[in-house]
Amino acid sequence: MIAETGHYALILALAVAIVQTVLPLAGARLRDPQLAEIAVPAARIQFVLIAIAFAALTVAYVTSDFSVKNVWQNSHSAKPLLYKISGVWGNHEGSMVLWVLILALFGASVATYGANLPRGLKANVLAVQGSIAAAFLLFIIVTSNPFTRLSPAPFDGEGLNPILQDPALAIHPPFLYAGYVGFSMAFSFAVAALIDGRIDAAWARWVRPWTLAAWMCLTLGIALGSWWAYYELGWGGFWFWDPVENASFMPWLAGTALLHSALVMEKRDALKVWTILLAIITFSLSLMGTFLVRSGVLTSVHAFAVDPARGVFILAIMGFFIGGALALFAWRAPLLSQGGLFAPISREGALVLNNLLLTTACASVLVGTLYPLALEAITGEKISVGAPFFNLTFVPLMVPLLIAVPFGPLLAWKRGDVVAAAQRLMAAAAVALASVVLLFAFTWGRGPWLAPFGIGLGLWLILGALSEIAYRVKLREAAFAETWRRLGNLPRAAYGSALAHAGLGLAVIGIVATTAWRSEAIIALKPGESAEIGGYTLAFKGVAARDGPNYREQAAVFAVTRGGRTVTELTPSKRKFTVERTDTTEAGIHASWRGDLYAVLGDPLKDGAYSIRLYFNPLVRLIWIGALVMFLGGAISLSDRRLRVGAPKRGEPRAAPAAAGE
Amino acid sequence: MFWRSLLASLGLVLGIACLAPGSAHAVQADEVLTDPALEARARDISAGLRCLVCQNQSIDDSDAPLAKDLRLLVRERLTAGDSNQEVVDFIVARYGEFVLLKPRLSRGTLLLWFATPAVFAAALILIVLAYRRRRAAADGAAPLSAGEKRRLKRLLDEN
Repeated sequence: MIAETGHYALILALAVAIVQTVLPLAGARLRDPQLAEIAVPAARIQFVLIAIAFAALTVAYVTSDFSVKNVWQNSHSAKPLLYKISGVWGNHEGSMVLWVLILALFGASVATYGANLPRGLKANVLAVQGSIAAAFLLFIIVTSNPFTRLSPAPFDGEGLNPILQDPALAIHPPFLYAGYVGFSMAFSFAVAALIDGRIDAAWARWVRPWTLAAWMCLTLGIALGSWWAYYELGWGGFWFWDPVENASFMPWLAGTALLHSALVMEKRDALKVWTILLAIITFSLSLMGTFLVRSGVLTSVHAFAVDPARGVFILAIMGFFIGGALALFAWRAPLLSQGGLFAPISREGALVLNNLLLTTACASVLVGTLYPLALEAITGEKISVGAPFFNLTFVPLMVPLLIAVPFGPLLAWKRGDVVAAAQRLMAAAAVALASVVLLFAFTWGRGPWLAPFGIGLGLWLILGALSEIAYRVKLREAAFAETWRRLGNLPRAAYGSALAHAGLGLAVIGIVATTAWRSEAIIALKPGESAEIGGYTLAFKGVAARDGPNYREQAAVFAVTRGGRTVTELTPSKRKFTVERTDTTEAGIHASWRGDLYAVLGDPLKDGAYSIRLYFNPLVRLIWIGALVMFLGGAISLSDRRLRVGAPKRGEPRAAPAAAGE
Repeated sequence: MFWRSLLASLGLVLGIACLAPGSAHAVQADEVLTDPALEARARDISAGLRCLVCQNQSIDDSDAPLAKDLRLLVRERLTAGDSNQEVVDFIVARYGEFVLLKPRLSRGTLLLWFATPAVFAAALILIVLAYRRRRAAADGAAPLSAGEKRRLKRLLDEN
């Protein structure tokens, strides 16, 4: 009954989504406010209906209702509760329901908090949002219904892929999807503006909070995925450049560019046409990511050809929305008025450079990801494009970008003074260069000789962000009281962007340090023997069998000491999942600020020895801490009054002009 | 000049750092060669070879049995006295270019390798053109200077 309720709710949601698309569009066109206003309740009802469907599926999972085919395929009664819940989106059908749920959540949020949007714009935005929902709901109902029943119901389920039974991976998809799908807001606003044929700085102010929220979620989602890969896959790497990762990374790059170009549009009314195009591109890349991951085209072009129903459907959705939006863009963009002028050396100029490098980097990832598919489809030739390709094309674009980052916020709008900005960054540059020299001295003969420059680059970003705040509060120029007052008065957006840039610096340091100075030992150890790495001594006590809730494992026990003092006990293990009959490797990790001690249990060898792999990954945590800091920077920026979703504060009747004039 | 050389060297470091032998592996203790120099070469080669059954994972990182076979094959060839290039050629001859994580420059991959610089150059040209067009349009719309006004008056008076 519950599954049928969910199924019915999905079908109703589809009907509501169609209403939400057609009537408000007509209303905006005919200037009929009542028709246009239907978008608001429709968006809310649609969210409630999809939430009911999602809840129904969740109940089926939690209660292990194996008469539902999807639950039977992806769950098991012995699975811990957390993974019963995360199993809802750990499969194709359920993840698509989560996709539309988040889409509807964003739509309902605009309906609820967008009271200050012009009526025509709001109607158009919600209509576009509704059309995306309609397309994907139709996709779910026609090709990927999660509520299909089995009769007779099987006694127990087939279980969830053990590699997905992990806390970080349980919350990774919701964040990733909130990011992917959140960019639909920017898309809907862009298409709505094109339908209107009118766009101004206010548009950018309305779009930016949604884009920022989506970007934050995507940042965290990608970081969670990379963290999971790091500790779960058992080789200490954090990024593969595999197509699924790239699929999430491309919208992130385009979204980061969008955040920055929308800033120019909001402050200076410039780059309007480009910002609209970028908004369309960003969501198009999200759609493409969904297509790549969901159609099976990545595993093989042939897998796609064998069961093309889903792939062709998403391809059609993609073609319709991307093609439609681009056609609309080509038709209407010339109508949009041009904005303010600026000199090449200016804040705008810096942000144009940011956009140039980020979009080119995004293009390089796009080409690297799609090229093998295209080549195989056209010529039948099979090639692989892996890390070496991206290191040669993507990384060189990032270096000038990272060098330029601290300059941007210090340049004035319209016409900047690069010499003055450089003077304000002198201290940061001096410290960064001094540490490069020191690092050279300390790491002589270890790791690539250019690695210290990478660390210096990360420091440059962090110190540059600090310099910007120091400059804006007149540190050491004004009296302490004045500086203190300015610290309090600085808009939160300024702290947010400084924090996000510093977070990027932390991540760069983590990436460079761990790739350049990782140490490793691959050894055969017998119980009683010990090994040394990264200043730690690991005494191998032996291997013991342990039982988990739905697995059995062989765990190696290491007593870890450093300079004679006990640090911790590590128990890397090999797990056998009884239901799914698959094995996973669980690394034993001891994290500290210096770096991670990382131990992996390998195969048993002759005469009671085991193959053991030990790594010391210096400063590796900074990668994810950096991502978290970027997320926090976004959150602080989002809490800025200027960006708050309901721009004029509710409960403050006449605050609107003040907020707008800020 | 300083910045340019710094840029170039940074580009190199980040690239090389990721390729450097000594990054993490799924190699087992019994596979490791006794000669450290030979083992380092084996590592170097393995990092550029794709595990055939995984998504973009090198055989050096992969736990798959097929990757293990390839790792052993690489070491076998090295011990037999092959050069790095000979080992790679040997493996490509058996498994095709598909195993190379860094595709070779050929007719088929020309577009792949030159797409990024081409996009960058095209975008840069578009930006410069757009900037000059806007500049020219703005100059055209600027109010007349005193000299221009005099000239305009003279021209009008002549008629």
